[in-house]
Amino acid sequence: MKGFYVLLAGVAVVGGGVVWYSAQRKPAPAPSAPAAVVPAADGFRGYTLGAASAPIEVTEYSDFECPFCASFATVQMPVIREQLIGPGKLRWRYRDFPLPSHRYSRYAALAAQCAGEQGKFWEMHDRLFEQHQWARTGDNPRTLFRDFARAVGVDLDKYDACMDAQRYAGRIDASVQEGEAAGVRGTPSFYVNGRSFGRSTSDDFKALVDSLTKKHK
Amino acid sequence: MRRQAIVLLALVGLLVATYLWLYKIGLIGVLQCGTGSCEYVQASRFAELLGVPVALYGVAGYAALFGVGLAGLRPRFAADRRVTALLAALATVGFGFTLYLTAIELFVLHATCRWCVASAVIMTAIWAAAVTGRRQSGDGSSR
Repeated sequence: MKGFYVLLAGVAVVGGGVVWYSAQRKPAPAPSAPAAVVPAADGFRGYTLGAASAPIEVTEYSDFECPFCASFATVQMPVIREQLIGPGKLRWRYRDFPLPSHRYSRYAALAAQCAGEQGKFWEMHDRLFEQHQWARTGDNPRTLFRDFARAVGVDLDKYDACMDAQRYAGRIDASVQEGEAAGVRGTPSFYVNGRSFGRSTSDDFKALVDSLTKKHK
Repeated sequence: MRRQAIVLLALVGLLVATYLWLYKIGLIGVLQCGTGSCEYVQASRFAELLGVPVALYGVAGYAALFGVGLAGLRPRFAADRRVTALLAALATVGFGFTLYLTAIELFVLHATCRWCVASAVIMTAIWAAAVTGRRQSGDGSSR
């Protein structure tokens, strides 16, 4: 029995040491390369969330039909909004990058832009990702998107006019062009100050903010 | 022997849960996860239950199993069926919670966290040992 307690103590010391050592490790440093800017036809550079004074800005290239983007938006993004964007630590910029392989992603991007024209971009963004079944059915989502637009409080006459005219197609094209120039190969992709942020997670953003906050202290 | 195994496994589980909890409260900057999706899982809304980090439930659960198991190793409790029953009850609750969390990872998040998998394996082993001990206790043996 004594040997067992020695074993327990050994496991506790070694395991505790590993945990303690991990707690001492520094978060990843913040990228600091200058931003590469490709302006849209109307100078529009994406809708943003968070304070302009936030110390760091993340640009997300996303596709509304992409399941990984939907997963990120519904699982990770609420945490990022609450813990990083809300407190003013991070500013988020959304850029469209509809993939050609997705039948309705460009249409969804247009819908979000037309809602954004009436100040409801993020509401529409959330709706498109939260009720993502439309991306799996293959059905024409026109009516469903109108329902989304109505639900988020958009004036449907203006919305219809905007959609029929594809008013913001130029913005989306410019956004895709910007993404391609930046090296976007898939969605979602994240950039911080013009540098790719790899397969980022909330942890990466948290480490980034922690690192920058320490620099500023 | 079975209780010793439970105590040892509970200690390892306690360390894993503590590691995840320290990460969740911000004391550990980056999870050592290799190719897993630990941060993704840990940053999700499912990493909290009723406003409390899930990992903290793990810390409490493993600590309880460790404490009860350790007490059960004392000679005066060696033949006590109440300890066996309590271990089986705690392990069953932990195992149920593990099943729930694993289902969330597999079917909702579509991502797995290595540390969560490790914890699930540990809790399953504890449950198997505890329930087997309970059955044998019911058959007449003490542990």
